[in-house]
Amino acid sequence: MDKNNNAVWEKYSKTTHFIGRLVSAITVIMLVGAPFLIGKYLGAFPDIGAVGKAFFSVGLVWTVSSVAEFLIYTPMLGSGGGYLAFITGNLINMKIPCAVTARDMVGVKSGTKENEIISTLSIATSSLVTILVLAIGVLALTPLQPLLQSPTLQPAFDNVVPALFGAMAYKYYRKNMSIAVAPLVVMSVLFMLVPSLVSSTSFMIIPAGAIAIGISYFIYKKGKEA
Amino acid sequence: MQKLAVSSAPILEQLNSTPMYLICGGIVAFVAIICVIFLVRAYKAGVALGMDTTKMKRVIVSSATFSVLPSVGILLGVIALSGSLGIPWPWLRLSVIGALHYETQVAQAAAEQVGMSKLSAAEMTPKSFATIALLMSVCIMWGMILSIFFNKKYSKKLGTDGGSSKAGFGDRAMTAMFIGLVSAYIGSYIGSFVSGNGTFTFTGDWLPLAVAAVSALVMALFVFLGENKKLAWVDNFSIAGSMIVGMASAVIIGILVK
Repeated sequence: MDKNNNAVWEKYSKTTHFIGRLVSAITVIMLVGAPFLIGKYLGAFPDIGAVGKAFFSVGLVWTVSSVAEFLIYTPMLGSGGGYLAFITGNLINMKIPCAVTARDMVGVKSGTKENEIISTLSIATSSLVTILVLAIGVLALTPLQPLLQSPTLQPAFDNVVPALFGAMAYKYYRKNMSIAVAPLVVMSVLFMLVPSLVSSTSFMIIPAGAIAIGISYFIYKKGKEA
Repeated sequence: MQKLAVSSAPILEQLNSTPMYLICGGIVAFVAIICVIFLVRAYKAGVALGMDTTKMKRVIVSSATFSVLPSVGILLGVIALSGSLGIPWPWLRLSVIGALHYETQVAQAAAEQVGMSKLSAAEMTPKSFATIALLMSVCIMWGMILSIFFNKKYSKKLGTDGGSSKAGFGDRAMTAMFIGLVSAYIGSYIGSFVSGNGTFTFTGDWLPLAVAAVSALVMALFVFLGENKKLAWVDNFSIAGSMIVGMASAVIIGILVK
């Protein structure tokens, strides 16, 4: 990479952080401000005491989850992708698999400039498609309702996530069986022995990921020594 | 899933009114503009860095096709919540930052705190709606706040901000982390089937496991076809295609089991 490219990159990276921080701050202000604006329109403001109590009952769990998501997903998404993904949400069921698939399709590696670009393109496109589909859906909501809510089609929409992870599992396991076996077996046994953990699957990603990273590091070190 | 209610309760008329659409639509439009800005900047930077534009266009097409189906699933979430919260607010929540499992849980907890027996339009008052809406915003904003303060430092520390053009263990770690993520979910489907109705009874819900298996088989077919150079384009549709067939299998299984 020559000096000119490095200068272009430096400028791009610096501006990405500036814009990312600015728009994240504006989005937080708008999201927290909207209920007050709506309250003014409806003639009743939010009950702050009730918000506080509810925050301590469920909000803390989601706060811990947000910290874990930030630590896990920011490295996968890069800077620009990270800002966008945390603004637009739906990380686990869409943004992460979308960015990882895009990265693999064009063969770029994490931590590279190319990955940063590809990840941002992927998440921005994905977010725009969701916004578009939801906007069209909201416009057409009433006529679409009988079709989308038909009991026959419900199993399909109830199983979006298994359909996604089944496909992703094949794609990733086939080239990394030595890494995949242990976390899959450990997680399966754990969920069999403690079925109530199913409701905390998003937290179980952390130990599963730690096992996979540990094995991957062992293989990496062994390969370097050989 | 709750029924879409447009005017079954008086509060829903207010929650589905034009000012509500303007407030929520304005924020959605702002986020759409942010996405366009990031998209254009990344594309231009890629061109300036000498990246292959064909590859970048492939990423855009692939990401768009990939996102359609999950987006329809998210739209169902809007429908699910519209019966109690109106259409505009769930539309905003699920377009920006939200996720259905999160929204439903937090809305229910907030409803309980304001004295409602359940999340429903029949019991909703303007004050309870404003309270629920505020809690939904407050609980999920932490990812954005952490990004504001720590994204730059964290990315630089991990070297994931594109500072290099070579890959080290970081790339392998990310792949491993994703394998861990997939394993946690597949493990939960296996566990639900084996012990969902009592430990080791093998009578739990097997549909998610079956759907994942069908989806994986279809992906295997896509990979096989994609390895043929003349059919490399099918790779763009591999995830979306596998998901459609997997989801369709859930409908077929549902009909056959009935």
